[in-house]
Amino acid sequence: MIGIVAMQDAGYIVGSYVLTFAVIAGFTWRVLRSGRRLADRIDDNDKYWT
Amino acid sequence: MTAATTPPITPTESARRVRSTGTVATRTLGISTVVTMGWLVAFGLGFSPADRDQRDAVRILYMHVPTAWLAYLAFVVTAVSSALYLFGKKHSLGFDRVAGASAEIGVVFMALTLATGMLWGKLTWGVYWQWDARLTTTALLFVSYIGYLAVRGLGGSHDQRAKRSAVIGLLAVIEIPLVHFSVRMWRSLHQEASVLDSDGDVDMDGLMLFSLFVGVVAFTLLYVWLLLHRSRAMAMEDLVDDQGLDRALDERRAEAAS
Repeated sequence: MIGIVAMQDAGYIVGSYVLTFAVIAGFTWRVLRSGRRLADRIDDNDKYWT
Repeated sequence: MTAATTPPITPTESARRVRSTGTVATRTLGISTVVTMGWLVAFGLGFSPADRDQRDAVRILYMHVPTAWLAYLAFVVTAVSSALYLFGKKHSLGFDRVAGASAEIGVVFMALTLATGMLWGKLTWGVYWQWDARLTTTALLFVSYIGYLAVRGLGGSHDQRAKRSAVIGLLAVIEIPLVHFSVRMWRSLHQEASVLDSDGDVDMDGLMLFSLFVGVVAFTLLYVWLLLHRSRAMAMEDLVDDQGLDRALDERRAEAAS
């Protein structure tokens, strides 16, 4: 933690990590949510991964 | 009190229903992805040293480079799946769904490449954006795949969607060599290859190289995990569309018969 604070331009560097993980989390949430919603409407026999 | 018209779902029936796109394999893959991402943060922000020239800005490259490489891979998978759909004997829609899912993930990774690149550019060049050969061709690649996704969203049957998007998927992938070699073909502000020098030798500090390797592994796991979930969700979207079409046809037939 001290290392990060002492880092030059920490705002930009940590910001790039935060931005990346925020975008990935948002996209992942959207993918999983659509999967759950659709799974409720489809018969289990039509889900080839089961 | 009136009797219920449909029997309630018992707890055992409810437990039997598959309510997601996940399996034991994808859950294991998901946990591995989270653990590897944790390693990436530890090495990228902690253990890895600052660069002699770029100083701490080099830490952004542990996000920027893997997202760029995985976006390229995603677009190549889109092209290969498109070719398998177009030229395969069965014209399997499964290939089309893999192509579409991979393009979506590739667009997200490419957007992250551009965003993290802009932050790195501000620290290294003093500006967020330059109409430099590498940046411009990358932006063009990004816009091309936005177009690919827009075409997938147009109306029509699943086969019509698959055919027109497969053609675009095969054309758009030609841009990747242009993006990759743009730094050699034109005078560019962007640095050349991050890992290999012009002689093909590895030109990177050991811990920096390892941090980049962790990043590539983490984003590869994430890509495979997302691809599995998204292509399964797309298969269900197609089924729901088909069910809706069948229902509409039945209603019209009933109207015509009455």
